[in-house]
Amino acid sequence: MTAVAPDLSSRRAPALGGFNLTALRLEVRRMLRNRRTMLFTLILPVVFFLIFGLNKVYANDKLAHGNESAFIMLSMALYGAVLATTAGGAMVSIERAEGWSRQLRLTPLSPVAYIAIKMLTAMVLGLGSVVAVFVVGRATGVPHLDGILWIGCGLSVWVGSLVFAAYGLFMGYLLPTVNVMQILSFTLVLFAFGGGLFVPLSQFSPLLRTIAEYTPLYGLNQLVHAPVIGGDVKLVWVANAVAWLVIFAAGAIWRFRKDTARV
Amino acid sequence: MTTTSTAAAARARAASHPPGQLAVDLASVHKNFGSLQAVRGIDLTISSGEIVALLGPNGAGKTTTIDMILGLSRPSSGEVSVFGTQPRQAITRGLISAVMQTGGLLKDLTVAETVEYTASLFATSEPTGEVLRRAGITEIADRRVAKCSGGEQQRLRFAMALLPDPELLVLDEPTTGMDVDGRRNFWASIREDAAKGRTVLFATHYLEEADAYADRIVLLAHGQIVADGTAAQIKALSAGRTVRVTLPGADAHQLRQVPGVDSVELRGDTVLIHASDSDAVARYLLTATPARDMEITARGIEDAFLALTGDGNATGAATEGAAR
Repeated sequence: MTAVAPDLSSRRAPALGGFNLTALRLEVRRMLRNRRTMLFTLILPVVFFLIFGLNKVYANDKLAHGNESAFIMLSMALYGAVLATTAGGAMVSIERAEGWSRQLRLTPLSPVAYIAIKMLTAMVLGLGSVVAVFVVGRATGVPHLDGILWIGCGLSVWVGSLVFAAYGLFMGYLLPTVNVMQILSFTLVLFAFGGGLFVPLSQFSPLLRTIAEYTPLYGLNQLVHAPVIGGDVKLVWVANAVAWLVIFAAGAIWRFRKDTARV
Repeated sequence: MTTTSTAAAARARAASHPPGQLAVDLASVHKNFGSLQAVRGIDLTISSGEIVALLGPNGAGKTTTIDMILGLSRPSSGEVSVFGTQPRQAITRGLISAVMQTGGLLKDLTVAETVEYTASLFATSEPTGEVLRRAGITEIADRRVAKCSGGEQQRLRFAMALLPDPELLVLDEPTTGMDVDGRRNFWASIREDAAKGRTVLFATHYLEEADAYADRIVLLAHGQIVADGTAAQIKALSAGRTVRVTLPGADAHQLRQVPGVDSVELRGDTVLIHASDSDAVARYLLTATPARDMEITARGIEDAFLALTGDGNATGAATEGAAR
């Protein structure tokens, strides 16, 4: 019935499902405009480091490949990166509430490309958080790390925070509210305690310690600190991190499918 | 980003679309939400270059129909095709775009950034400065979306919809919440754009809007098309008045013979006469019959909808829309 006219056949879909760097740049810019996100992800971890990481009582205690101050610096960088990536992922909640997700369905952007943009945006903010803590740490001159570990540990913190970009996405799709980050910040504080980022797990009761070892930040926290403390990397740490990544990613995919299904 | 010259695109459009190329083809489309039948069997074809209004009261199924044309929802049964392809395909190729009623904007971006973002998602796109100009929002390009008025936001949605230089532009009640001035300015932009040969489909519940801007009106009620024709034809359906008189022993058959009478309804001693020429009917009733207590009321568009759906007249009233 309908002959496709020549100029219609010249109309094509974009490459990579619409993924592009202009969109990524604008997403990062949006996040930089959000003062609350900036405060929690860039400033708070730095302040925590300045409070807890410079205490003369223990800051200069030696570890295998660094000192206690560097250990705390890594904890705070991880906390900041996790906050940042969670906040980045959770932006989908706001976008769904504002109808932007629906608007995007009137463009060629594929759902997978959208998720890729969101994850990368979250990771850019996470990188900012790690760099902020490291730069301030370096400037104070107190934390000591063997040369290459500044890069190695920083990278492992950053890559590890990918788990929480998935967490943010999952929750962003699950919770239909503009204030999703207020809820998530609270869960992250719990996870941070469970992972031993704020208080060493050795100070917990045996029962709490056993519970803590199953929480989402436990494996990551152990992994990023391992090179500083020395000693072997335990398989359960890797298992913990991978298991939570699978859980969060599966949850995000499940909710995302539900969200984008055409009814 | 590649840029197409608008004039060249318009020529290409005119050259490559023989009249009768179907922009939209709905075949016995139904859509149910649970037990609610929002769309109950719509057959509709729109040719390239037509400007069509989907007119109907709230809840008539306009938005549901538009959502299916845009691929935002799937029909429960029936076929939807846009330029001979699936709606989602047509969207990824930039063939259709839409201006939705509300929402769909990020408050923390500026107007220009929103357009730039959207432009980046298409394979080819019009220059962002050009669409801002055509939508009349060049002056507010640096304003945050959160600070824009409803009318400005609607112009922004229009600018975004222009980006892929779509063959078909769909507008869902685009002037809801705008003041008279905003509404007029908005339609002036649409009209200027449509003059270049773009196919336009818009939903509205204002008869005046449909009358002023569409060359074909599709009247929708209770999820069905009850009339389809030119603005003049549709207006005639709702232009009549109702003359109500007390007239004991009225002869309905005789009253129907009076020039200008469309229909006669007897309710005891009360007679309701629907007429296209109420003056003539009133003159006749007052001079040739003992009718008293006369009331003459305008028949609104809502009444026309009710008349069209209620009296089973739908098929008779429907007329074929002439292709431009």
